Amino acid sequence: MTPDTATSDTVTGALLRVDRLSVALPTRSGYHKAVDDVSFAVDAGEVLGIAGESGSGKTITALSLFGLLPHGARVTGSIRLDGTELTELTTKQLRAIRGRQIAMVSQDPATALHPIVPIGTQLTEHMRHHLGVSKAEARSRAADLLQTVRIPDPERALRSYAGQFSGGMRQRIAIAVALAAEPRVLVADEPTTALDVTVQAGILRLLDRLCRDRGLAVIVITHDLGVMSATARRLCVMYAGRLAEAGPTSELLARPRHPYTRGLLDALPHPEATGAPLVPIGGSPPSLGRVPDGCPFHPRCRYAQPSCATNRPEPEPIAPGHLLACPPDPLRAAVSEREAP
Amino acid sequence: MTIPAGAPLDPPPALPSSGSVERRWGRRRRRAAAPPAWRRPLALIGVAVIAAWAVIAIFAPLIAPYNPLAQQFTILAPPSAAHWFGTDELGRDVFSRVLYGARITLPLGVILVISAMIIGSLLGGVAGYFGGWTDNALMRLADLVFAFPGIILALAIAAALGPQLRNAVIAVIVVSWPSYSRLVRSLVLSARSAQYVVASRLLGASGPRILFTDIRPNAAGPVLVLAALDIGNAVLLLSGLSFLGLGAQPPTAEWGAMVAEGTLNFNDWWVGLFPGLAILTVVLAFNFIGDALRDLLDPRTARAMRL
Amino acid sequence: MSEPVLQLSDVAVEYGRGGERVRAVDGVDLAVARGEVVGLVGESGCGKSTLARAAVGLEPLAAGRVTFEGHNVTHLGRRRRPAYLRGLQMVFQDPYESLNPRRKVGELIADGVLLGGGTRRDGLRRAAELLERVGLPETAVGSYPHEFSGGQRQRIAIARTLATRPSCLIADEPISALDASAQAHIANLLGELVGDADLGLVLVSHDLSVVRRVADRVAVMYLGRIVEIGDTNTVWASPRHPYTEALVAAIPRADGAGVLPVDLPGDVPDPANPPDGCRFHPRCPIAEESCREHDQRLAPVAGREIACHIRSRSAAPAR
Repeated sequence: MTPDTATSDTVTGALLRVDRLSVALPTRSGYHKAVDDVSFAVDAGEVLGIAGESGSGKTITALSLFGLLPHGARVTGSIRLDGTELTELTTKQLRAIRGRQIAMVSQDPATALHPIVPIGTQLTEHMRHHLGVSKAEARSRAADLLQTVRIPDPERALRSYAGQFSGGMRQRIAIAVALAAEPRVLVADEPTTALDVTVQAGILRLLDRLCRDRGLAVIVITHDLGVMSATARRLCVMYAGRLAEAGPTSELLARPRHPYTRGLLDALPHPEATGAPLVPIGGSPPSLGRVPDGCPFHPRCRYAQPSCATNRPEPEPIAPGHLLACPPDPLRAAVSEREAP
Repeated sequence: MTIPAGAPLDPPPALPSSGSVERRWGRRRRRAAAPPAWRRPLALIGVAVIAAWAVIAIFAPLIAPYNPLAQQFTILAPPSAAHWFGTDELGRDVFSRVLYGARITLPLGVILVISAMIIGSLLGGVAGYFGGWTDNALMRLADLVFAFPGIILALAIAAALGPQLRNAVIAVIVVSWPSYSRLVRSLVLSARSAQYVVASRLLGASGPRILFTDIRPNAAGPVLVLAALDIGNAVLLLSGLSFLGLGAQPPTAEWGAMVAEGTLNFNDWWVGLFPGLAILTVVLAFNFIGDALRDLLDPRTARAMRL
Repeated sequence: MSEPVLQLSDVAVEYGRGGERVRAVDGVDLAVARGEVVGLVGESGCGKSTLARAAVGLEPLAAGRVTFEGHNVTHLGRRRRPAYLRGLQMVFQDPYESLNPRRKVGELIADGVLLGGGTRRDGLRRAAELLERVGLPETAVGSYPHEFSGGQRQRIAIARTLATRPSCLIADEPISALDASAQAHIANLLGELVGDADLGLVLVSHDLSVVRRVADRVAVMYLGRIVEIGDTNTVWASPRHPYTEALVAAIPRADGAGVLPVDLPGDVPDPANPPDGCRFHPRCPIAEESCREHDQRLAPVAGREIACHIRSRSAAPAR
């Protein structure tokens, strides 16, 4: 049921399929691509991760799935949700889809929930709008949802306000709100960045359970590779709006082939490693409109060759389901020598 | 977003407000960012006008065709080639008097505002930083002034001190300083808890040093904007007092006093109109400049205007 | 072991008014020596930031003492901070707030020299040196903070504290507000500085992995208390306090193995109303009846100190 691939060409049954998506944003110096020719797909019951630092275009990618782009954004490419082409829908049609087919959970649980509307209303309002159920029915479903996300004493919680809950609880409630209209795709943008590590662990487990039990397609967007490793079966690494590497998480994190992926891993304090200082990637990610020619990563890449400054790399399959946008492929030898940790 | 050092700031893609969510993708942006300062025509006009008046004020003796106090011409003659603005009821050339009037109004307006600004800022800064009784006392004093409409209080003070231009200036200063105090006090209060102030205190900086070195640069902007917008007010108040006979005394060629004369000779419209227009242009010009300064310093619009 | 440069003894910090005072920090002992990095970790509400601020004098103490180089660290009230405390400085979390946006970088850094009685020329010269030391170009002296990225600003903030030639730095979440690569840079920089300048450093962070790489010793806090403290590698490899175990187990590993981290059920209790006895017992996987009565203080076990009477008495190591 779950196609084991990251290329959109061979995924025919995917629930959400993004094909050569590009989003250009207006800036003072003209239009610049925040997302440049990105493709991925996610199916029901699986978790796809989109990894990248700030400026990688990951948030714009997420927003484009909802049609919530900044004023004046230009979109090319295709976003197909269960066969429906989202880029061609009217605003009214999009509104019908948001929440009902595809929902989002974002980073800050403090602002995601309305501070002075009771939790119950925030849940039922959603439900009644999209599902047309009665008030009583909605309330009962809302209590069930809170139960699912493990909020203690759901009945009382329904009457409470967002401010009465801790950060982790609020995020759970935000997830419940996102699920209220029974969407098929859940997009989580940095869902645990603002949370403590033990609380994060709880949310990650929750997302995993929801994905399996409800057959949700989940897209987790974060810069935290640890979170990716724990939750996402497949992973896309983005840099400067483009796809650097995509494939099974286990492969990418254990045997990274793109120098940027490798760099991200080296910069992370790997819990098992000892003593050696962290190796940060020199320089910083390019800002919008200042993306270098050729490979966007080449100025910071320790394996850069002359061709990297001129030739724009396209993601090429290097193994079933594994795409790499790095023609020189300098890490291939390193990977085959090293054993998997 | 991470921005390389030295790179100009690009505005980050802003999330749409609820209004623009309804727009279809790809529609061209309608609302442009605020134009940079030098592209704002009003500000340029303002600066040009003030510059022109400044030149006039400096070179009035060279430009004015006649002595402003000379009462030797035809009484109440309408504007003509010889007297561009006509003559007043004492046979003086209105044009020359208007030109000379700039030598009073402009410098006094500026001095007035600078004085009020300095006094008010010092008091407000002290009140904000030290709090407690000092704060209470100073703010109650300011409240006392705020309790009265500006012109009324200025009137009372000027009248009490005696009808003289100098006293009118003092009166307007007394009426103006509390606005600066209140502004600076609130700026200082918020800056006091700013992390960069705490950092300075950890380095061992004393109160006065923090006020002058750390807080002043942050407070300067809003205070200057207030001052620029206030000059218009000050000029109006000063002219108003002179109009009422409490400022410049005859035969001094001061615009407010000249407008007063004009009210006594309504049919001879030129006597009051031209000095009135002079006041109008100066006040408007300062207001335009003040507006532009305020937009320049407002962080939201300022970002859009940076080079 | 040399005399500690910073010593906290039985420190308690409260906030709130009148009858509703809450102890954010309760009975903490901590010593920091020169050339040593002590990591202070814990989750929200554990009091680590409050403790950091108290250590530097930004919070009044409800009990206990903080001494720096033998001097009492007094609360920074209205008065000027005493000169003998100049060597104790703080690096703040938010690099966007801790630098005055309207002052040039060179002047900001020179402050430290000027306030110590140096001339402006000395100050600017030192500013240029320090900028290079933290990895920024000398030309930055003439620029304003907003021209720099978060990571660069944090370097400037660090350079600013270095201008006073400190012997002890307290860094309160210095990297949380930064990008991943900037985090690595700053963490490395702090480690280097400790070595070069023989500084004592207290590194407060909720990111255990980074603390693990940089700190010599680590103190784990929970609800205002230190529950485990010892050599970083020892504590990390074999944590003994159940809370430390939970923390370590909750960190997701970026190894591609797809293992979900272990979560710790329940919420941090309200500090105004801490549980009886051991503060961790309601959420503790090995809690017994006696835990409700017994409020164990730090005691040495297996090469570190923990506040758990069960693990203290048991000779068997943790799983």
